[in-house]
Amino acid sequence: MTMSRFTLLTLQILVAVISVWAWYALATYPVFGHVLLPPFFFSNPVDVASQIYVWFATGVIWKHLLVTLTESVLAFVIGSFGGVLVGFWFARQPRTAAVFDPYVKMANALPRVVLAPIFTLWLGLGIWSKVALGVTLVFFIVFFNVYQGVKEVSPTVLANARMLGMSKRQLMRHVYWPSALSWMFSSLHTSVGFAVVGAVVGEYLGSAAGLGYLIQQAEGVFDVAGVFAGMFVLAAFVIVIDMFVTVVERRLLVWRPVAELRT
Amino acid sequence: MAESAPAQPSTQSAAIALQQVSVAFRLPDGGLYTAVEQATLKVADGEFVSIVGPTGCGKSTLLNIAAGLIPPSAGRADIFGAHLLGLNRQAGYLFQADALFPWKTALENVAIGPETAGTPPQEARAHAKAWLTRVGLGSFGDRYPHMLSGGQRKRIGLAQVLIRDPKILLMDEPFGPLDAQTRQIMGNLLLDLWSADRKAVLFITHDLEEAIALSDRVVIMSAGPASRIIGDWTVKLSRPRDIAEVKLDAGFNTLHREIWHTLKAEVVKGYERVEGA
Repeated sequence: MTMSRFTLLTLQILVAVISVWAWYALATYPVFGHVLLPPFFFSNPVDVASQIYVWFATGVIWKHLLVTLTESVLAFVIGSFGGVLVGFWFARQPRTAAVFDPYVKMANALPRVVLAPIFTLWLGLGIWSKVALGVTLVFFIVFFNVYQGVKEVSPTVLANARMLGMSKRQLMRHVYWPSALSWMFSSLHTSVGFAVVGAVVGEYLGSAAGLGYLIQQAEGVFDVAGVFAGMFVLAAFVIVIDMFVTVVERRLLVWRPVAELRT
Repeated sequence: MAESAPAQPSTQSAAIALQQVSVAFRLPDGGLYTAVEQATLKVADGEFVSIVGPTGCGKSTLLNIAAGLIPPSAGRADIFGAHLLGLNRQAGYLFQADALFPWKTALENVAIGPETAGTPPQEARAHAKAWLTRVGLGSFGDRYPHMLSGGQRKRIGLAQVLIRDPKILLMDEPFGPLDAQTRQIMGNLLLDLWSADRKAVLFITHDLEEAIALSDRVVIMSAGPASRIIGDWTVKLSRPRDIAEVKLDAGFNTLHREIWHTLKAEVVKGYERVEGA
């Protein structure tokens, strides 16, 4: 399927325009005597837009965005670091991996949301309880990818490296490490996404600032426009981060065929 | 081995000497699979020897023994007279499959050998650049392997191995995946590079023509399992050779017919086993 950039963009914008218009129309005009989307539950695009405008015009939103961003970045960095370290360690020490295997599976199977109250209890209402929640999500994604990456180094490449005279340390540096990193980077979108999820869910469940807090506050007073406004800002926030990740990924994975980047 | 040519004069110790080497693998079901049985093979220093045999005959296994990548189950391997234990540090190995580091550029891939050995990076790079030029890819240094064609990757692989100046060159069907024209060009390139300092070469192939055109000696293995060496011919064609031209030589054709006579039976046997299995 080929489509010019222009056509694609036009169609994409058309989808947005039609959806917003339908939302507005159904929330404003009755159909056969009924308003299908009662404004109390669904608000309407105008109110949502004006709420977003107020947030940005007064500047209150920046503080919350910054908090969510900080939490996400911290969760991502700490989770990735831990994931790389443990992933590497387990892949190189099959016995350790075998011993810990059931516990890793158990911990990963646990819905992370249930940990939120514990983290709030331990770390308070500040950013660190959210960071902790994000870390538990990011860690496992990175861990599994790095583990796989180290284990699935091509045997031919490995044999070649050995025949080229590499010592154990050189194998680490020139073979295992790049292979593991490439797997980690291929999961970059997912892990960054989960870092944001951890931050927002944590904020929603108890905090004093952040996008999740904003949404939760609006919900508390039945301010549906506020809830939707928070959602839209969050969506835009995630898209911007994702674009940034794409740029980073392009730079780091230049050595890969383009097709493989689309995972 | 009634048809064998006379063994090499052993005035000095051979580059590679395999004595009564057998290799058996334990199968997942507990059985024992004998890949190679009692293979004895000598490659003198500076000699180019090819091993030809049907698919699945354990040619690569024999090569891996010479490389020290796997130990023989019985028998022994000597490299320049010294018992081989562990990796063969004097050998360079060109693999059949892609063995380049995909995350390194062509130049980095070639430079990695000297760098590993402790050459300062600057110097290793300059050296690698010279080698890239020698294999005809001087301007491709900053490409990553996936941006290169199969033939170009093989050239990089050749440079990667030869830059370390190994005394022995082990090659496992290195040109197998390439098309006929590229194979011929690569064969000539290999002969060119080899004639500069005549390393001992053990070359695996399933292509008898390629084997005769390149080698000083052609060794034939029987169909597996439990492959044995069943023939050993000396190729008396003058060097330097051109792969395409040498095939028109009368001597080439006589030898080809002679060896093919033996090989054919084994190829048929090999296919019967593979398909019957």
